[in-house]
Amino acid sequence: MDFQFTEEQTQLKDLLDRFVAKEYSFDARRKILEGEPQGFSRAVWRKFAELGLLGITLPEEHGGFGGGGLDALIVMEAIGRGLVLEPYLSTVLLCGGLLRDAGNDAQKGEFLPAIIAGERLLAFAHYEPRFRYDLHHIATTAKRQAADYVLSGRKTVVLHGGSADVFIVSARTSGEVLDREGLSLFLVSASAPGVQVRDYRTQDGQRAADVVFENVTVGEAARLGAEGQALAAIERAVDVAIAALCAEAVGAMGALNADTAEYLKTRKQFGVPIGKFQVLQHRMVDMFIHTEQARSMAYLAAVKVHSEDTSERRRALSAAKTLVGQAARFVGQQAVQLHGGMGVTDELAVSHHFKRLTMINLAFGDAEHHLARFSDQLLAKE
Amino acid sequence: MDLNFTAEEQAFREEVRQFVRANLPARISEKVLHGKPLGKEDLEGWQRILHKKGWAGFTWPREFGGTGWSAVQRHIFEEECSAAGAPPIVAFGLLMVAPVIMAFGSPAQQERFLPRILASEDWWCQGYSEPGSGSDLASLQTRAERQGDHYVVNGVKTWNTLGQYADWIFCLVRTKPDARPQAGISFLLIDMKSPGITVRPIRMLDGRDDEVNEVWLENVQVPVENLIGEENKGWTYAKYLLSHERTNIAEVGRSKRQLLRLKQIAAEQRAGAQPLLADPRFRDKIAQIEIDLMALEITCLRVLAAEAQKKGAAPEASLLKIRGTEIRQAISELTLLAAGHHASPYLPEALEDGYSPDPLLPEAHASLAGTYFNDRKVSIYGGSNEIQRNIIAQMILGL
Repeated sequence: MDFQFTEEQTQLKDLLDRFVAKEYSFDARRKILEGEPQGFSRAVWRKFAELGLLGITLPEEHGGFGGGGLDALIVMEAIGRGLVLEPYLSTVLLCGGLLRDAGNDAQKGEFLPAIIAGERLLAFAHYEPRFRYDLHHIATTAKRQAADYVLSGRKTVVLHGGSADVFIVSARTSGEVLDREGLSLFLVSASAPGVQVRDYRTQDGQRAADVVFENVTVGEAARLGAEGQALAAIERAVDVAIAALCAEAVGAMGALNADTAEYLKTRKQFGVPIGKFQVLQHRMVDMFIHTEQARSMAYLAAVKVHSEDTSERRRALSAAKTLVGQAARFVGQQAVQLHGGMGVTDELAVSHHFKRLTMINLAFGDAEHHLARFSDQLLAKE
Repeated sequence: MDLNFTAEEQAFREEVRQFVRANLPARISEKVLHGKPLGKEDLEGWQRILHKKGWAGFTWPREFGGTGWSAVQRHIFEEECSAAGAPPIVAFGLLMVAPVIMAFGSPAQQERFLPRILASEDWWCQGYSEPGSGSDLASLQTRAERQGDHYVVNGVKTWNTLGQYADWIFCLVRTKPDARPQAGISFLLIDMKSPGITVRPIRMLDGRDDEVNEVWLENVQVPVENLIGEENKGWTYAKYLLSHERTNIAEVGRSKRQLLRLKQIAAEQRAGAQPLLADPRFRDKIAQIEIDLMALEITCLRVLAAEAQKKGAAPEASLLKIRGTEIRQAISELTLLAAGHHASPYLPEALEDGYSPDPLLPEAHASLAGTYFNDRKVSIYGGSNEIQRNIIAQMILGL
């Protein structure tokens, strides 16, 4: 049992702490949010590439550092603290991870160095209108036509879909809409004929897109992994995203707690700092407790995310997403409440962290969804 | 970071498991697993078995005959003991007064008391709280006046757990009435056989009167040699003791065991054609507790690791007390709900030694309501959860 980060991990953490504190202040972020047409800064992205951040979790033979769940946790916690807008989760963790786990040598060779260098952005086009969080619930089809596939379907809330050069698209090569078998993954250029992208801002200031694929033809070389067998890779990639979001949430909660404690010490009402009121102290303590419990579960998720034992992995990740989602809701809502009127304005980071935490809960299954998954596994075990 | 136990820690766990399996009397574990009240002979009996193995002082340093185990080893030991249905260690001697005697007692006191505590030859109880001073402990009124080579003690102590068995009581007494509340307190060891001591049981909401007492002290003479450390410095020692009360505060092992029992009951009870456990609404509540307990266990190990890195007992331990007791209460409440109306008969005879209930009749659930009622105490004792929140607010958040 050991809760220490390695020396390299500590250095990475220090690097990110400095970066967020100095170069990603709330004002700097606001400028990016308001001034950049794609909702994030290409200059910051280049800086990430220079610092080596884009390759931390990607394989060494393609120019990365081969890091694991805890390295991703360190990055994502900083991203959560700084409300970083750049598409790290979608490009590096989700799509980089899918390529690493399911890609062939040619695909890895083409895309991974380009991701690590910050030259190409990818987005994972998976969820579809009306369908909730079940990962095999897919209607988009990819029909064989001689040596090619023809893709048709609609994908929604594709994270950073508007800036992606390439999509990784899930589609059915066989089976019915709710079958677990028959899903395949394809690499599709955003500029391919038949691809339409509608880009929008999300509630938390990030970007996503709805993407329509209308008779989009791709060759066999665009298929990522074996035909019809993609669900395991999708689940793995989503588990990576869940672990990352847990870490990001812990970063956001830490920032909210720090801001709120500071506010309680300085804001005066009835002649005393409001932090002297016991009811507010106890609320703040419960925020702290929720955050520490969430941090424990983020560690668990990071450590188990690459486990080969699928049921152990999913049990840990669902437990983590449940508890972190609940903690995020409590900490977010209470931070706003304790800030009073200021908490409901756009002026402070507090309301932005709250919005981000709310969206994190909704991403890849909310607390209720994952509680049910964990709960069902309980029954299977008895 | 590695959330797995090391090979040495695993081997240690196996050693403890083997020993407990071979040496814990079935008569005792049966009582623990079914929530029956434990008597003096059960509690002392288990401690003597541990003592023979050299494990009674599992929190003690080697120099006083303890094991010198690390925090992680202690955690593993307690978890294995809990899982097997071993009774809890009676804290007052081994875990509470002993560290104070080690740190502040004279060599004569150490020689006189510690070996007997280790061997469970003396039963200790605690004389801290008073009818008028619970959480505000420093407001205590019990007075000790020095008369020659004796103190004369007068006052009332309350919430005294299992004091009816005790040979000794460690007391906080006021030796300097005009000083500020924390300044005039002393730490006295008092022989329970001293004339002037009366122990009166308090009947609790679960119907039992064998757990908590009032202790009346009327002109009790205590030799000066029984004073720990310096006169009027008792508050320092009391705080030291409280910081050592923290071991196993989260009671993860116990909660794991109770969670298993809850699942068992939920699997046996029928809701319509199906087991209650198949009802997703009920099952989700169990799942929630299990997730909370997972998070608590990791948090607990994080705090232990931080303490081992030598920051001493961290205020984070208050977090473990709060969540540990909240989870414990949630489990006993849900277990009560799982049994439903079968938990409602009040059948004290079913809790007695040797009574083996028919698993299909209410006797099988006779302990559940009592455990639920009794567990209300855990968010109150050892510094109420509100006091623990005050500690975190001040010590960690700086409010």
